[in-house]
This record gives sequence, structure tokens and C-alpha cells, in this order.
Amino acid sequence: MGQAKLLFVDDEDELISALVERLELRGIDATGVTSGDEALERLREEHFDVVVIDVKMPGIGGLEVLRTISRRYPDVKVILMTGHGSTEDSEIGRRLGAVAYLQKPVDLEDLLATVRQASSSMETQESNAG
Amino acid sequence: MSFLRGLLPQFGLPEPAEADGSVPKGAYRALRRSVVLATATVALVPLIITTFMNYMQYREALQAEAVQPMARLTLNTKRSLELFLSERRSVLTFLVHDRPFSDLCDEQTLMRMISNLNRSLEVGAFVDLGVIDDRGDQLCYSGPYELAGRNYIDQDWFHEVARLGTYTSDVFLGFRNSPHFAIATRHDRDEGGFYILRATIDADMLSEQILTAGLNPTDDVFLINREGILQSPSRRYGEILQPFPMPVPHFSPSVEDVEIVDSQGEKIFMSSAYIASSPFILIHIKPAREAMGRWFSLRSELIGFLIVSTALILGVVLWGSGLLIRRMREADERRTALYHHVEYSNKLASIGRLAAGVAHEINNPLAIINEKAGLVLDLVTVDPDVKHRERLVAAVDSILKSVQRCKKVTHRLLGFARHMDVTTETIDLETLLKEVLGFLEKEAEYCEVKIHFDIDSEVPTITSDRGQLQQVFLNILNNAVAAVAQGGNIGIEIVREGLERVAVTIADDGVGIPKEQQERIFEPFFTTKDGSGTGLGLSITYGIVKKLGGEIRVESTLGEGTRFTVELPVSRKE
Repeated sequence: MGQAKLLFVDDEDELISALVERLELRGIDATGVTSGDEALERLREEHFDVVVIDVKMPGIGGLEVLRTISRRYPDVKVILMTGHGSTEDSEIGRRLGAVAYLQKPVDLEDLLATVRQASSSMETQESNAG
Repeated sequence: MSFLRGLLPQFGLPEPAEADGSVPKGAYRALRRSVVLATATVALVPLIITTFMNYMQYREALQAEAVQPMARLTLNTKRSLELFLSERRSVLTFLVHDRPFSDLCDEQTLMRMISNLNRSLEVGAFVDLGVIDDRGDQLCYSGPYELAGRNYIDQDWFHEVARLGTYTSDVFLGFRNSPHFAIATRHDRDEGGFYILRATIDADMLSEQILTAGLNPTDDVFLINREGILQSPSRRYGEILQPFPMPVPHFSPSVEDVEIVDSQGEKIFMSSAYIASSPFILIHIKPAREAMGRWFSLRSELIGFLIVSTALILGVVLWGSGLLIRRMREADERRTALYHHVEYSNKLASIGRLAAGVAHEINNPLAIINEKAGLVLDLVTVDPDVKHRERLVAAVDSILKSVQRCKKVTHRLLGFARHMDVTTETIDLETLLKEVLGFLEKEAEYCEVKIHFDIDSEVPTITSDRGQLQQVFLNILNNAVAAVAQGGNIGIEIVREGLERVAVTIADDGVGIPKEQQERIFEPFFTTKDGSGTGLGLSITYGIVKKLGGEIRVESTLGEGTRFTVELPVSRKE
């Protein structure tokens, strides 16, 4: 299997930059953007295997972005991340097709494990398809 | 109008004086006093007035009933006495005018006249007859006494008859020394001067005349003269010619009735009548206790009725008002408890919203700290030549540990907030209890309280309200931590009870609750924490458990500890 390509969407610029840098240090192809609009634009330009989205963002919210991605790119796995622990949000997220719901601050190892899980399920789907 | 308001009892409760909306205890006592006073007044005043009016009316009616026959009898006796006397006066007047002086002044003729008169009159014959001239000398006399030749010039009756023409005397002893009275009539001679025909009648004749009126053994009927001397024997006041010990009644042509206290200190009814053309006054006496016998028994019945009715009314009023006020107080307490419950829930909801906001605001910067510190650690790990490498790693570790601690706090806050708005979900009781213990961790640590878990492996998850259950266990555990001493123990046990229920038992080895308080600890406002508790914690807990379809029980031994058992249904029935 090839390395999964990750896209991080969070309005906190500092968080995104640190995360991307840490993942790159681990040899993972990760990109960070700071708004929903930007994320959708990047998705139009290139393919990402897994998108990690912050639920609460100014402009287009995380759930809205998730909805759009699920519709346009059904093969892209989405992980939701939030500082707010509402069960309702997590429920809606799952229904919209998010594979996981993580609570900030996220331990990097946990995040990577979740990403691995998401991409492996993707591979299974792919191999099933193939 | 304001003065009227002051007089009327106040029915409304005073505005709740306590800050928590409850009514001060004294207000109920004051209200009860007002209710009792007003109800008793409304019920008793008409009763007392009616009874008093009845009392007066009955008394008057029965008194009239007792006095009227007495007055009638007195009047009849007066008439028969007047007839008796006038009959005798008429006889004498007839004789003195009919017979010439020569006839009258003949002893044989006089004797025959007495004999004929005594035969013709039904009762009360004459004792003797005499003719007295205008100098007072008894010229002729016929009778059983030796009275011929006596002179009466000094006697009162002689002057009275000389003045009036006809005269009836008082009863007196006279020369014969035996009680009698005289009837005399004057005749003027053609040649000037006058003579008097005088007859005497035994005083017993008067007694016989009034005997029929005095047949009732309790009645006393007798005659007195205007000077108050008894003219016939009296049962109560003595023999003939003794003084009557009470004032002589004032003159009246008819019968007079009075109610007085006599010389013997007894209440009596007295009828009196002046006998016309005589010095006699007829007196009829009846003791009030005899006359009013019926009244006295009726009076006892009336008073008894009043006492029994009053007692009955007061009893009902006291019982009714007590019941009313108790119901009212219970309703007030329920309302206040509900008010507190709502307030408490609102407070928790506000805290929840606040906690969620704070946690969210902290979580974002916390995530940045976490990633930045992680990056530093990554960089140091990648480059083995970094100066102070070990110290940097230790510092970053410490940062990351602090982040973890903060995360724990914010997650707990979020957990608390999350449960505010969810009503029913699947709950693992062990997790829930551990979450709740998280809130009490510091306090338990401070008191060195040891907490033991004992969980039945077959305990299922239950469907219930997480927030409400958290509140329930927080309350019970909070009490348990407060009850145990330094180094005490709290045991938490979760067991399955049949198919439908799960029981959570929280036992402490603290001070315990006295038997008499155990029944009351779920009542609103009951507290054992002198002044520090609201007395609502367990009452709200009880309400929640009931609402969730469960049961809560307490067992406690003073000095040994307390055991709360909360039984919950596996699936909540709405």
C-alpha cells in the first residue's frame, strides 16, 4: 500500500503548521488549510485519502464541509476533530459519513492510529472493488 | 375602612419571608388562630344569642304560667271574702233600720236574731250582738261573753263607726281575749244622737274563707291588716296577730304580683289584694323553687345543650382548621420543593453551558500547546546533537503531562455539560459512577477516604438519563464522604436484581443516621447538617429516582454506617 495523503482543516493556523510539520517528520504526506472553502478548493485540485476537519470553524463549518466531501468524493475518508464535546455533533457527523470523531487536544499517536484505521478500511473497500 | 381591616381576622398568609420562597412556621400558627377565631365566632355567637333569647322567653313564659293561676286564685278569694263581709254588713244594716230601738235593746230578741241569722247564713255565723249608745256604753248584749255594760268609748272601732256609719274592724283580742273582729253599723235617732248595732265574728271564720285558696301545701295564703299585723295564721310567718315581717304592699284595687326575696332569704312569688271596705289585705305566697320547678329543669337542659354544642363546634373547628392548615402546609412545601428542584436544575444547566464554553475555549489552545510541544520533542529526537537534549526532552514531557491533566479537566467539564441536555441513553453504571467519583476525587483524597468497587459481572448497561443519574450518585456520594471520618471507607456495589433491575449500593462506615431520622431524610427541608445543608439534596435525589422508575432505600446503624440502595430499571419506561 502507498502512504495515505492527509489534509488537515482547522482555523487555528498554529495547530495546523505544527501538526503538518510533525507528520512530515514521520514521512507522511500531509497538507494543512485554515478554512472550509480552502479545503474544498484543494480537494478539487488534488486527491486526498483522509481529511481531518475541525467541526467549529468560521465561514463554512466542519459538518458542512463533511457533507460536501461525502457527496462529491465518497472515497475520501473524513475524521472530525473538535474542542467541543457535543454528542449530537458526533452523531450527526457519523450519519454524514465521518469515520471517527476525536476530541482536542488529540494525541498524535491516537490520530495516526485512527488515520491508519480509516485508510485500511479504504484499502479493503478498494481490494473488494478490485 | 382601614380600622375595619384591623378588626377582621387576616386570612391570607403573609408574603413568604424566607429567601427560598418557603413560608415561616409561625405564619401557619397565626393563620390557624385566625381561622379558629373567625369560624368559632361565626358559629358560636348566633348559638349563644339564640340560647340566651330562648332562656329569657322560656323563663318569662313559665313564670307567667306559674303566676297567673296564683293571681286568679287570689282574685277569687278576694271576691269571696268581700262577699262574705258585705253579706254580714248588709244583714246588720237591714236589722238596724228594720227594728225599732226597743226591739233591739231586748236580750231575748237579740238572742233570737243571732239564732235566726246563724241559721240563714250558710257559713260564718255571728258570735254575739250588742247595742251601744253614742257614749260608748253597751246597752244590750247577747252572746257567750260577759260584756253587758262595757264601755267602748276608748276603742278605735267605736270612733270609726261613729264617723263612717258602717265599719269592719281589724282582728283583735278585746275584752274576751280571743281573736275576733267586729262589724258595726250606726243608726241615727230621730230625737238626736245615735246607737250602734255591733256584731263580732270569730277570726277563725276568716281563715276558713281563705282555706280553699291555700289547699296547695306549698302555698301560704293569709290576711294582714294595713299595719302589717297577721289577721289569720300564716304557714311561713307565724300565728295570728304577729307582725308580718315584710313591707305591706301598696294599695291597688286589683291583684298585684311581685317576685321578691322574703325575710327568710328565699325567692318567692307574692300576690296581694286589698279587700274592699275592710282593713284586710289578702296575701298569697308561693316559693319560686316550687312555682318554677319546670323552669329549673328546662334551664339545666338549655345550659347543658349550650355547653355540649359549644364543645362540639370548638372540636370540629379545631379539627377542621388543623386539617386545612396541614394540607396547606404540605402543598406549600411541595411547591417550594418543586421550586428548588427547578432552580437546582436551572443552576446545573447554567453551570453546564458555562463549563462547555470554557472547555471549548481551553481545548483549542491546549491542542496548539500539545502539537507544538510534540514538535519540539520530535525535532530533538530527530537531531541527536541538540544541546541540552535531555533537559529539553524532560521539559517537553512535563509540558505534555500538564496538557494531559488539563485535557482530563476539560473533558470532565464537557462530559458534565453534555449530560445536561440528553434525556435517555445507554449507560454503563460503573463508568458513570467513576465519572461522578472524579468530581469528589480531591475531597476524598483530602479526607483519606478509601473507595472500594464491587461489580457483578452480569450487570447490563441500562437505558436512563445520564445527567439525572449523575446528580443522584453525586448527592449520595457527597453525603457519604461527609459522613465518614478521616481514613473511612466507602463501598460501591452494583448487582443485577432479576431481569429487569439493577441495584447500586453505596455504603459508608460513617456516623450513621438515628432511627427516627431515617424515615424523614427524604422529606424536603430535612437536614442533619446543622445549618450547612438546604435539606433538599436527598429529597431531589428521591424525586429523580422515582421519576426514572426506580426506588431508593436507606438502612443505617448509629455509629456503624449508612447504606443507600438505588434500584433502577434496565430500560426506562416513559
